[in-house]
Amino acid sequence: MSNVAGAPGSDGTTEPQPAVERRTSETLHFAKRNPKLLIGSGIVLILLLLGLIGPLFVDHGPNVYIGPQSQPPSAEYWLGTTTFGQDIWAQFVYGLRSTFMVGFLGGGIAFVIGTAIGFIAGYKGGIVDEILNMLTNVVLVLPALVVLIVAVAYLDIKGVFVQSLFIGMTSWPWAARAVRSQALSLATRDYVDLARLSGRRTGKIITTEIAPNMSSYLVMSFILLFGGAVLIAAGLDFIGLGPTDGVSLGLMLQNSFTWSALHLGMWWWFIPPGAGITAIVGSMYILNVGLDEIFNPKLREL
Amino acid sequence: MTLRVKDLKVYYQTLRGDVHALDGVDFELADGEIMGLAGESGCGKSTLGKSLIRLDSRMRHVDGTIELDGEDVPIAKDREMNRFRYHEISLIPQYAMSALNPTRKIGRMINELLQSRGVRPSEVTEELNRRLELVGLDPDVLKRFPIELSGGMKQRVVMVMATLLNPSLLIADEATSALDVSTQRSVVESMVEFRDRGYVKSMIFVTHDISLVYQMADTVMVMYAGRVAEKAPASTIINDPQHPYTKMLIGALPEVGATTDEARLEGIPGTPPGLLHPPTGCRFKARCPIASEECSETPPLVEIEPGHWAACWKTGR
Amino acid sequence: MWRYMGRKLGIYAITFVIAVTINWMIPRFMPGDPVRSMLNKASVSDPEAMERMTNYYNEVFGLETPIHQQYFAFWAGLFRGDLGISSMQYPEPVTDIILRAVPFTLGLLLPAIILSWIVGNHFGAFAARNKILDNTVLPVGYILTATPYMWLALLLAWSVGVVGGFLPTSSGYSLALIPAFSWEFIASLITHWFLPFLSMFIVALGGWAIGMRNMIIYELEADYSNYLQALGAPRRLIRRYAFRNAMLPQITGLAVQLGTVIAGALLTEIVFNYPGLGSLILRALNNNDYFVLQGTFLFVIIGVLIANFIIDIIYVLVDPRTRVQMTGGSS
Repeated sequence: MSNVAGAPGSDGTTEPQPAVERRTSETLHFAKRNPKLLIGSGIVLILLLLGLIGPLFVDHGPNVYIGPQSQPPSAEYWLGTTTFGQDIWAQFVYGLRSTFMVGFLGGGIAFVIGTAIGFIAGYKGGIVDEILNMLTNVVLVLPALVVLIVAVAYLDIKGVFVQSLFIGMTSWPWAARAVRSQALSLATRDYVDLARLSGRRTGKIITTEIAPNMSSYLVMSFILLFGGAVLIAAGLDFIGLGPTDGVSLGLMLQNSFTWSALHLGMWWWFIPPGAGITAIVGSMYILNVGLDEIFNPKLREL
Repeated sequence: MTLRVKDLKVYYQTLRGDVHALDGVDFELADGEIMGLAGESGCGKSTLGKSLIRLDSRMRHVDGTIELDGEDVPIAKDREMNRFRYHEISLIPQYAMSALNPTRKIGRMINELLQSRGVRPSEVTEELNRRLELVGLDPDVLKRFPIELSGGMKQRVVMVMATLLNPSLLIADEATSALDVSTQRSVVESMVEFRDRGYVKSMIFVTHDISLVYQMADTVMVMYAGRVAEKAPASTIINDPQHPYTKMLIGALPEVGATTDEARLEGIPGTPPGLLHPPTGCRFKARCPIASEECSETPPLVEIEPGHWAACWKTGR
Repeated sequence: MWRYMGRKLGIYAITFVIAVTINWMIPRFMPGDPVRSMLNKASVSDPEAMERMTNYYNEVFGLETPIHQQYFAFWAGLFRGDLGISSMQYPEPVTDIILRAVPFTLGLLLPAIILSWIVGNHFGAFAARNKILDNTVLPVGYILTATPYMWLALLLAWSVGVVGGFLPTSSGYSLALIPAFSWEFIASLITHWFLPFLSMFIVALGGWAIGMRNMIIYELEADYSNYLQALGAPRRLIRRYAFRNAMLPQITGLAVQLGTVIAGALLTEIVFNYPGLGSLILRALNNNDYFVLQGTFLFVIIGVLIANFIIDIIYVLVDPRTRVQMTGGSS
């Protein structure tokens, strides 16, 4: 059907080589005028910069008791202070940093596990697929947060890295599933067959033939895993299983709740961290829709 | 005269500009005529088929008129077109295998479609069963889901469903491409039978398979780069083509009667011109072995003998 | 049909065994002495009771018996419904404590999931291919799914409860009342239930709306939709088909999202101090009551497995394609 739209013959004689080039420029063209992508990535970038640079402009630690207690936002303390006189703005920018960290690490680990399992299952098929599929289904059914609560509860070490590792190890299944079905359809294509016939190794075929053809799909999977990791981490932090040594947006929520910010009416304590999480994850998701529309012409608005 | 298409222009809107998929198409279709519509992929034949029933959102009607049974067909107006769809103009699509709602029993889906088009299903039930039997299907298929049917069975169900209201014009868009040879043959035979019995008045059969066209069609129209190259009775097109493009197309066939596929048609040197900025003059001139200076003027489609039309300066006027 | 169900049941059985094994392993292989840390937090002043507890936990962990016997003893206890005795509410059995909390969690979870699913699906279907609605429903939906459950709970508790003072924000019913089958008590249950329910409902809603919107768009692009349009079928009919077909993957989505929604329920309960499993987990964590913690874990897993199985059955009943394949269709 689409060959009709593809301008009959126009890909042929008149302009022989720039097919790939044109495709990228067309992608760019749609990217530049896709509001979802622009707004989403804009917000993500601003918050990322804030998390990276913000702490440099704060001349005290995020948990230091430096100010007057329970102050609403003011010129001096932009987001006010906690019951203990901690600077909420300082906590916020440091918290952004660790939230991004958990997202990248936790999402990244889940991504690596998920895509590896998905690729291998989809490409190898047979008994390997059966076993990996079984494993995926088992982990998929287990509710990640509940497993994490039990696992983390017994651990004494509660750093960002350990937290990310645990999150990554429990949240990969759906990515594995999605990648598997994609790889499955790609693995039967001619050029993959050709590569296989010419005796290339599985790993090589996956990285050179299959993965590049679903790169956009992989990017989008990573974004979803990133968002999931951030939300799970926030949940763990809120229950009190977060990093004991640092500060994160989830911990801020936990502290504000534990010290009854709610009933003291200290809205400036619990609104910013939640808004921060929502903004990061939400704009990631919206960015993702934008990407989807760009890579998947069917969804483009006409 | 069932169908009269005059100077039809339909463009595709793309980022890089309009693609002139149909750029001045003229032809007529007589009552009871089965016309094969052939050409390389991208010549506009599928676009023509679609234009006659429903423009998709990127297609734009630029110029030209269509007349069906003396009535003007407003193809640019989606809403007004609805009156013609199914009742007067019907379609067997390229994707007939997946044209049925997978989660509805076939009979129920047909009933719902009929109701939505203002036909009481009970009025046509008998006819529906009779026609299913005619194409070799047990009326029990109506109680099945599409997934329970083979490809050929689905194809026939779609054919019966599409023609149930006795349309004046049936467009079959590559309707048999996905079938194996023997199923193809029986579907094609059923189509001819449907015409003979008057279930459809006339038919346009879009295909890239000229030998299949020859088996069933009364006339063949060959398109090239968004325009009509030649239209003539099927035997004339096969045995005595006049347009150099048709000659090459026929010459590329191994022998009449054998099936062929697109790969063979690529035996013609060169590729069709891009339709984003179509060349002036005759569009075939770059590939034409006998092109000369006059070909920089667009050749008109003229009737070189009764019922035989060609658009080439070299055919005896 | 039976093969399919058998396969599913097999996976669930394996999952259950794995979950129980994890549950059994964690306290035994983690660093530290679980008995000591449990007792440290147990607020028992009576030395005699303390000794009884110490003996009990040492025996249950059975550190003297061989490891495989410990494992089988654990399973045996499980089948008797014996999940041990709580340390924070000694000597109450963990099973009793959990069973008291389960109705509250289910009472929040089931209506929130089912209603958000139904409403979300309709919203999404409504928004699809409607430019104005789509441009509002879509971003709002994504922002809702990105909202941490506890944050929306906090916002609602603060705005409606604390500032507005319309509804209570803590506990499952008014503590001034004694649980009884009276109108007053039921009214108290409902007023306390409403905000946590609403908060979960809203967050879950976004995901369903988005899922439905995307599925509908996919269905409206499908061949059968195109064909019906070519035959002049009205938009209404095409949308009805698309909606129905888009519902099917949404049922599977229900199973996939279950873990997230349960997590959301636990977090929401904590904010509202709602006496369900979430608050119980928090209390168990604060008191190092590992028996309660692990018992809750098992309960949640069992609940998830049952729910998954129900969803599987529903799916088979609604989707003719799987049904036909299972009864051996002709194709």
